[in-house]
Amino acid sequence: MGLVMGTFSMQSKQVNYHTDNLDDDLELSVVCHRPEGLEQLEAQTNFSKKELQVLYRGFKNECPSGAVNEETFKQIYSQFFPHGDASTYAHYLFNSFDSSQNGSIKFEDFVTALSILLRGTTTEKLEWTFNLYDINRDGYINKEEMTNIVKAIYDMMGRFTYPALKTDTPKQHVDAFFQKMDKNRDGVVTLDEFILSCQEDENIMRSLQLFENVI
Amino acid sequence: MAAGVATWLPFARAAAVGWLPLAKKTMPKPPVDKKSRNDEILFVNVSGLRFQTWKNTLDRYPDTLLGSSEKEFFFNEDTQEYFFDRDPEMFRHILNFYRTGKLHYPRQECIQAFDEELAFYGIVPDIIGDCCMEEYRDRKKENQERLAEDTEAEMATDTPLPPDSTHRERLWRAFENPHTSTMALVFYYVTGFFIAVSVIANVVETVPCRPLKGSKKDLPCGEKYSLAFFCMDTACVLIFTFEYLMRLFAAPSRCKFMRSVMSVIDVVAIMPYYIGLVMPENEDVSGAFVTLRVFRVFRIFKFSRHSQGLRILGYTLKSCASELGFLLFSLTMAIIIFATVMFYAEKGTKGTNFTSIPASFWYTIVTMTTLGYGDMVPNTIAGKIFGSICSLSGVLVIALPVPVIVSNFSRIYHQNQRADKMRAQQKVRLARIRLAKKGTTNAFLQYKEEGGFHDRDSDNALCLKNRSSFEHQHHHLLHCLEKTTNHEFTDELTFSEMCMTESMGYRTSRSTSISSQQGMSTSCCPRRAKRRAIRLANSTVSVSRGSVQELDTLQVHKTSSGHQSRSSLNARTEDLKLNCDDRDFTAAIISIPTPPANTPDESLPPSPAIPGILRNSRTSFYTHETVKISSL
Repeated sequence: MGLVMGTFSMQSKQVNYHTDNLDDDLELSVVCHRPEGLEQLEAQTNFSKKELQVLYRGFKNECPSGAVNEETFKQIYSQFFPHGDASTYAHYLFNSFDSSQNGSIKFEDFVTALSILLRGTTTEKLEWTFNLYDINRDGYINKEEMTNIVKAIYDMMGRFTYPALKTDTPKQHVDAFFQKMDKNRDGVVTLDEFILSCQEDENIMRSLQLFENVI
Repeated sequence: MAAGVATWLPFARAAAVGWLPLAKKTMPKPPVDKKSRNDEILFVNVSGLRFQTWKNTLDRYPDTLLGSSEKEFFFNEDTQEYFFDRDPEMFRHILNFYRTGKLHYPRQECIQAFDEELAFYGIVPDIIGDCCMEEYRDRKKENQERLAEDTEAEMATDTPLPPDSTHRERLWRAFENPHTSTMALVFYYVTGFFIAVSVIANVVETVPCRPLKGSKKDLPCGEKYSLAFFCMDTACVLIFTFEYLMRLFAAPSRCKFMRSVMSVIDVVAIMPYYIGLVMPENEDVSGAFVTLRVFRVFRIFKFSRHSQGLRILGYTLKSCASELGFLLFSLTMAIIIFATVMFYAEKGTKGTNFTSIPASFWYTIVTMTTLGYGDMVPNTIAGKIFGSICSLSGVLVIALPVPVIVSNFSRIYHQNQRADKMRAQQKVRLARIRLAKKGTTNAFLQYKEEGGFHDRDSDNALCLKNRSSFEHQHHHLLHCLEKTTNHEFTDELTFSEMCMTESMGYRTSRSTSISSQQGMSTSCCPRRAKRRAIRLANSTVSVSRGSVQELDTLQVHKTSSGHQSRSSLNARTEDLKLNCDDRDFTAAIISIPTPPANTPDESLPPSPAIPGILRNSRTSFYTHETVKISSL
C-alpha cells in the first residue's frame, strides 16, 4: 500500500556518470563520403584501375568514413617520425593535400595529389612543392613562410641530431635557399623563379625521379 | 522508400488501368527504362566466405558501400567477384540488412567491432530494428562510459606534471594525489594522525575519570585535565586550519573549492573552536556553545579524504538519492497510517501508552523496523492484530529498495576497482609503447651502423635482407630527411656525450692505446667529417669518462650488431656471420681515432681487459664473441 503511493514518487534514475549524449554521437558518426566512380578517377589521375583499387582499400581501412581530418592525419604522419615532432609539417602537408580547404582530405584529394607526386611531370611536381611552401596561397614565397616550413622540417629531426641543431640553423638554411632561388633579389620567390632555379639544379632534377616507384 | 515497396510498384502501376475510363486528360508517357531488366547474381567474397546475392538487393540502399559504385574499388577482375578483407561473420548481418530492410545487432559480438563494420559499409546505426535497438544502445552507452573513464584515468593526476608548472599547481597536485611526492605523503599521514587524535580526544573527554581529591562525584576526564585537552584541541585545530588554508591557496578554482563537500566538512570541523574562543564564557550562551562542540565529531568525516571506501559509500548514497527518497516517503506514509490505527484501537484501554498519534509513531517505527523494544505494546485484540500487520508490512517496505541501493554500490565499487586496475595497466602499457618507439628509432640507427646506405656489396645485402620492405622504405624516408637538413639522427646517449665533449673543448688525440686511463679524445668535427660515411652509434666517444665510456659505447654497438646477427644466425652460415661482424667491428675500430693504418689487433687486446664496466651480461657475451672473431 505504501508501495502503490510510493511508485508515484519514484523518479527516473540518473545513475550515469555522464550526460546522455549518445544520441548526438549516433548522428555525428555518420559523416560518410563516397568517392567518384573508378572510371572517373582513372581518367582524372595517372593511375591504373588496379592501383586505384589498392590505394582505396588502404585508405578505406584507415578511414572508414571516407575522409581524413587533420588530427588523424597528424597522428598518422607522426608515426613515421618518432624522433621528433612532425605535427607542424603535417599541418602544412594537410593544407596542401586538402584542395577544397574544408578541413578533411577525401579520397579524390588523396589520389590527385599522389598522382601529381608520383606520376606527374617535373613541372607539376615543382608546382605542387611551390604550393606547399606558399602557405598563404598568394603566389609568392616570402622568407617568413619559408622559415616556417624549414623550422617544421627541422622539428621532425628531434633533439638528438648530429651535429647538434643550433637556433639559427633554419635561418641559415632559408638564407641559402633564397640565395639560390630568388633571381631578381626582390625578397620573394615566384613560381617561375622557383621552377627555373630548380631546373637548373641537377641534384633536384635527379631526385625528383627517385620516388616514381613508391607504389 | 522502403525495400518492400519497390516490389509492389509494378502492381500499383498496373492497377492504374482502373483510372483510365475516368481520366479527364490523356495519360502522360511512361518513363523509358534504359537499364537492362536482367537482374544478375553478384558474388561477394568476404575473407574466403562467398556470398551471392541479386544485384537488385544491393541496389536498394544506394547510399551504402555495397549499393553504390564504391564497391567497384573492391572488384577483383580475375575472379569476377567483389573481395572484402573483413569479418565474414559480421557480413552476414550486413547482408541481411539488404535483404530484409532491418538491421539486427548480434548479441555475442563486440559493440565496437560491430560499429566499425557498419562504418566501413556505410550503414547508419540508426536503422537498427526495434527488436535489437535497446540492447545496442545499452551496450554502446556502457562502452562509451568505459572509454570515458579510461581517458579520464589517462589524463588523471598520475601523469607527471609539465616541467613549467607553478608552485601552486605542484601544491595542488601534492594535495590531491599524495603518492606523487614524499612530502605530500608525509603530510597526508600527519593529517590523518591528527584527525584520529582529535576524534579520540573528543571521545575520551567524556569518559568519567577518578574524581579530584576531596570530591565524591566522578568527573569526566575533559574537566579533570581540561588544560591538556585544550592544548591538544588547539594543536589539532591549528593543523587543520593550516591545511585548509594551504588547500584554499593551491586550488585552481577557489569558488569551486569552497563549495565542495570536503571543504565544507573542513570548515565545520574547525569552526566550533574559533567560535568558542571568540564567545564570552557566560552561562546564557554556553548552551549553544555545548551544541557547537557536537560539530567537532564532523572531523571524523575528514577521513573520507584518506579512505576510498568512504568516498564510494558517500557517492552511492548520493546516486541512490531517489531510492532513498522513495523508501523514506513510503515509510512515512505507513507510519502515519499504522499509528493512527493503533491509537484508535488502543484508545479504550486504561493506562495505555498510546496517548496520542504522535506517541504511537514511536511504536510503529520500532515495530516496522522489527526492533521491538517492548516499551509500548498493544493490549487489545484489535491492537495486536493491527500490530502484527504493521510488522509484516514493515519488512516488505524496507526490503524492497535495499537491493537497488546494494546493486548501485556494487556497480560503483567495481568501477572503482576497474579504474585502479586500469591505472596500473596504463603504466605498463605506456612503458611498452615507449619501448616500441625506442625500438623504431634504434632500428634506424642500427640500419645506418651497418652502412646500409653505402658499400652495398652482396654480403652486406644479405646481412640486411631480413629487414622488411616496409622498414627499408621507412629508413629511406628518414635518410631523405637527414639529407634535407644535413643533420643526422643519433641516440640520446651519443648526443649527451657529444654535448659534453663540445663543452669541454676536446682535442684530437693521436694516442694509439685505448687503455690509457687518461682517455682518448675523439674530436667531433674534423675526423667526423671523414667518417660520416661510416657513422655509427658510438661515433663520438667522450673524453672525460675515459676508456670506460668508449667501451660502453662499443658495447652498445656490439649489442645491436650482435642482435642483428642473431636473427641472421638461423639462416646464415658461419662465415657470413663472421663477415658481418667483422665488417662492423672493423668499422668500429676505425672510428676510434687511431690512425686508419692501425690494425685492429693493437687496439683490441685492452677491451677484454676491462670487463668490469660491462653494462649487462648479455652485452658481455656479444662483446667477447665479436672480439674473438675480429682478432682472427
